[in-house]
Amino acid sequence: MLMTYLEAVRRGIWEEMERDPNVFLLGEDIGVYGGAFKVTAGMLDHFGEARVIDTPISESAIVGAAIGASLMGLRPVAEIQFADFITCAYDQIVNFAAKCRYRWGAAVPMVIRAPSGGGIHGGPFHSQNPEAWFAHTPGLKVVTPATAHDAKGLIKSAIRDNDPVLFFEHKALYRRIKEDVPEDDFTVPLGKAAVVREGRNLSIITYGAMLYVAREAAETLAREGISAEIVDLRTLVPLDDQTVLESVKKTSKVLLLHEDTLTGGMGAELAARISEKVFEYLDGPIVRVTAPDTPVPYSPPLEEAFLPNAAKVAERARWLTHY
Amino acid sequence: MSAPAAVRDHRQAEQKRELAFEFLRYMAMMREVEDRIERKLYRQGKIVGGVYVGRGQEAIPVGVGLTSDTDDVFCPSHRDLAIFLIRGIHPRQIFAQYMGRVGGLTRGKDGNMHMGDMNRRIISIISAMAASVPVAAGAALALKYKGTHNVAYCFFGDGATSRGDWHEGVNLAAVQKLPVIYVCNNNQYAYSTPLSKQMCCADVADRAPGYGIPAEIVDGNDVFAVHEAALRAVKHARAGQGPYLIECKTFRMTGHSAHDAADYVPRHLLEEWERKDPIARLEKRMIQNHWAKQDDIEQLRAEIRREVDDAVEWAEKSPFPDPSELLDNVYERS
Repeated sequence: MLMTYLEAVRRGIWEEMERDPNVFLLGEDIGVYGGAFKVTAGMLDHFGEARVIDTPISESAIVGAAIGASLMGLRPVAEIQFADFITCAYDQIVNFAAKCRYRWGAAVPMVIRAPSGGGIHGGPFHSQNPEAWFAHTPGLKVVTPATAHDAKGLIKSAIRDNDPVLFFEHKALYRRIKEDVPEDDFTVPLGKAAVVREGRNLSIITYGAMLYVAREAAETLAREGISAEIVDLRTLVPLDDQTVLESVKKTSKVLLLHEDTLTGGMGAELAARISEKVFEYLDGPIVRVTAPDTPVPYSPPLEEAFLPNAAKVAERARWLTHY
Repeated sequence: MSAPAAVRDHRQAEQKRELAFEFLRYMAMMREVEDRIERKLYRQGKIVGGVYVGRGQEAIPVGVGLTSDTDDVFCPSHRDLAIFLIRGIHPRQIFAQYMGRVGGLTRGKDGNMHMGDMNRRIISIISAMAASVPVAAGAALALKYKGTHNVAYCFFGDGATSRGDWHEGVNLAAVQKLPVIYVCNNNQYAYSTPLSKQMCCADVADRAPGYGIPAEIVDGNDVFAVHEAALRAVKHARAGQGPYLIECKTFRMTGHSAHDAADYVPRHLLEEWERKDPIARLEKRMIQNHWAKQDDIEQLRAEIRREVDDAVEWAEKSPFPDPSELLDNVYERS
């Protein structure tokens, strides 16, 4: 069935709520209003106010309450209205949720959904990509779907998972991406990357909205006779480095692409792993294309300059191919 | 047909006597376990990390804890050791926890009071004060969600009420009318900071009207008074009327932790509160009311000392964790 990325997330949550009465939602404006982006539209009417809870503006309480409920055997899906506001719940996520299992063996099966990413003129506080902050914290899982198919399959896996999962939905994809998604009960496993385009000359490793930038660049490069392979990580933690390393071994050249800023981003971790594990296969330096180390600016020319795009990727890919 | 008044009075007196003994047993056990931890094992270097005790505050976890049902949930603070005892955690496990042994509740992954056990419905505290307050709201939400009449008990000190998490958590629980019993041990110091620099209102209870919840202030060194207040709170919460705050006035009779000599606390305050020691007060009351003879109390103390001796011995024999356990339990499959 043809559906948007947003609808895919919505269907995934809906199906899990139908399947498991322990699944419930909490967050700001998710009930009556259906969520700032309408991901939870219609859920209050269908599932009732015990399972779709409008909360005060209290990110720390939203996440903290999700932790308490999950310790008691429920499966909360908490929404942070914009991923930028997740900082207000940082202590609950990093010090409480992430460490329960390790410290005292208590499972915290919860999902924190957060719309992230730029390209919608949201400015410094409605555009950030905070995934690396959490990928650095042992005990958390981090999921970043790029396609509608994966958005549905991954949210279902995230809800069924027995560890705390951060689920970053790229808000620029919500209504822009529309594709055929099975209506049946399928899941996409956490920790499995996908080779979404086969190629010979270089590997582009990416995730989230940058998948479409990589695809566009690959089309351009193909017309020039350069064959780019694309790996969509889909999940950042657990990180499927096996699929990445296999691709690098095959092409011997690698370009790491993300919308998040440069320093300490996922690209840095991937570069280190590639260098440690398949150094002898590399025929060129590991290249990163990312946003620069600045806040996300508002004005269109500045935001455009901030975001990686197909031209920037193609330029670096050409340089790398001819290295 | 109701029993004659004299029989009923006798039965009530007997129940009160039994309750007093139960109070004393847990309070004296908490004191003995913590004294051993703070004044012996820590000083001997057998406990290598932080030590935080509730000396002088024993009436609070005991008076409150003994109002609970099996399926109620606890978020104890770091000065509520008796909650663990009341929920059936053995002193052996507590000593092993402090000494970093596999016999502790965290198998050495964490120390001191940073422990929990969901089988006994105890949620572990973390170091950031008041972080448990929103978590308690979530536990209470789950109890309500499942249609039970159980409650969540959430403990904290006066200092914790300055943190944003406290206010967010209480507000959410109030708005959702969740069955949470907030127990503040107002011991008047947060590390070196006196209450006057922590907040501008006279009592922690003053914070409650801002969230539309009832609160009461109680003598935190009188275990019967604490217990009765907790019974009122539990009745309120089990009836679906939402959260309830109990502020227990007490005093921190030690430093913030074992390394802290607390020179910043005026001597006269310590002397004044030493005279209000909750265990001595309970014992005096028991003797005055003819609930116990001095011999009974001595006998109880001797039993507790024997139990604690055994527990320390057991914990010292519990092995340290093998370094191979380092990577275990970060995730479900790790």
